[in-house]
Amino acid sequence: MNARPTPLVSLQDVTCTFGSGERTTVALTSTDLDIAKGDFVALVGPSGCGKSTILKLVAGLINPASGLVLVKGREIGAEPIRIGMAFQNPTLLPWLSIRQNVMMPLKIVPPFRQEYRAKRKTTFRDRAEALLAQVGLTGFGDRFPWELSGGMLQRASLCRALVHDPELLMLDEPFGALDQFTREELWEIMQTLWLDRKPTVLLVTHDLKEAAYLAKRICVMKPRPGRIVEIRDVGFAHPRDMALTFTPEFTDLTQELRNAIIAVRKNGKAPA
Amino acid sequence: MRLTLRRRVTSTALIIGLFLCWELACVVFKVSPIVLPRPSEIIWALWTNMPALWPHVLQTLYTTILGFALGILAGVLLGVLVGSSPLAYDVANPLLIGFASIPKVAVVPILILWFGSGTIPAVISAMINCLFPIVVNVATGLATVEPELDDFMRTLQASRMDRLINVGLPRTMPYFFASLKVSVTLAFVGTVISETIASNRGIGNVMMTASASFEVALVFAGLFILAALGVALYAIFAMIEARLTGWAHRGDPQSH
Repeated sequence: MNARPTPLVSLQDVTCTFGSGERTTVALTSTDLDIAKGDFVALVGPSGCGKSTILKLVAGLINPASGLVLVKGREIGAEPIRIGMAFQNPTLLPWLSIRQNVMMPLKIVPPFRQEYRAKRKTTFRDRAEALLAQVGLTGFGDRFPWELSGGMLQRASLCRALVHDPELLMLDEPFGALDQFTREELWEIMQTLWLDRKPTVLLVTHDLKEAAYLAKRICVMKPRPGRIVEIRDVGFAHPRDMALTFTPEFTDLTQELRNAIIAVRKNGKAPA
Repeated sequence: MRLTLRRRVTSTALIIGLFLCWELACVVFKVSPIVLPRPSEIIWALWTNMPALWPHVLQTLYTTILGFALGILAGVLLGVLVGSSPLAYDVANPLLIGFASIPKVAVVPILILWFGSGTIPAVISAMINCLFPIVVNVATGLATVEPELDDFMRTLQASRMDRLINVGLPRTMPYFFASLKVSVTLAFVGTVISETIASNRGIGNVMMTASASFEVALVFAGLFILAALGVALYAIFAMIEARLTGWAHRGDPQSH
């Protein structure tokens, strides 16, 4: 029917509400968004604009009040999809070593879970170690989460989100709580990981520089009620260098995004 | 290391000091041994009656441990049921609090009615006495799993069982062991209550018989035994707790 391939994820006229009766909050309204396989989409906007709501809808953690969330062209849940997720808070399990934490998805997600017992001390262990090495955590596999710094925990959290080769990687402000230098270092690592494995990425952030550096497309959102007001393609070729962020083209882009968000914030102030 | 040693020495000194004050007060105020025997008399009674007391000690210990084991089993099962969903937690909470507020002494006559006298009502009394702290703590541990952790597991399409085994239960361990330390002493209380009412064996029974014949020193000897057993079991569970849930206290689990 359609000449274009089916998008991996598609939101069609989605509305999402929290609460009921008089206290209903519309978190998201009439939202359309197609995410193609291998895409890197960033959602930016002021708080309360429904960025995380989109993430939760796509992850199947919440259901839309109306509209359709399609995964691989079918209603969500009908088609199995491997999802990896990382949050602002690393949420590693404190009773497991870093390596055991990273290997957790392999223990849960098919087809890995069937082989977990047989391979946890060989192939899977090497797989976790290889990922840890890629984010600069060689030799930290046997440590426990409380022995690591915030930046290291976030690296491990990224490994955990990627270890089971997810088709869809969801990042909910994963670099938000880090200092500037660690954050930029992790952007580069994130880019390398993405170019290596090409998962489809959905990144929620309020750091415009982060969105512009990493994403292929940026969705600007507005609050009350939350909706996407603008979708920008980011033309810079990958891999991008940190020096790019100091070029006029890059700063122009972030400046435009900034203005767009300031504009929607002003409009969003008026009660709907 | 020096600090813990100093604490232990002070702790021991406190106990010995208490006994010395007690001894001294009895002598100075000429307290009759029928009202309050001196610690030296109690220890003497303990020593001379040890061969006769020993089977009763074993009986009380056996009853308590059996009741405690059953209490752990039932408590964990109930706790998992109650803590598995916010709905179950809210629905079951009033009932649990109601049960927990019943004085367990009041239940023992019913147990005797059902099971006769002897070991069985004592075991059950120990079990119900130690049950509720375990249920409440396990349920609380499960019900307070961080929402993000739950989201993470659900995005992996983890089943309810997967989540319980990999996140819920391990996370609940510190709560569980904290409750065990409290529960094991409560199990003793349960056993002894039942033994004093309807049994011809156990420390509770010894104390009842001794008090009927005004052997007050022996009654107090029974209390000493119970306290010692309670401390010993508490210490054992505190040690197991430190070993298994070191992560919750930022200790290295390997080095404990």
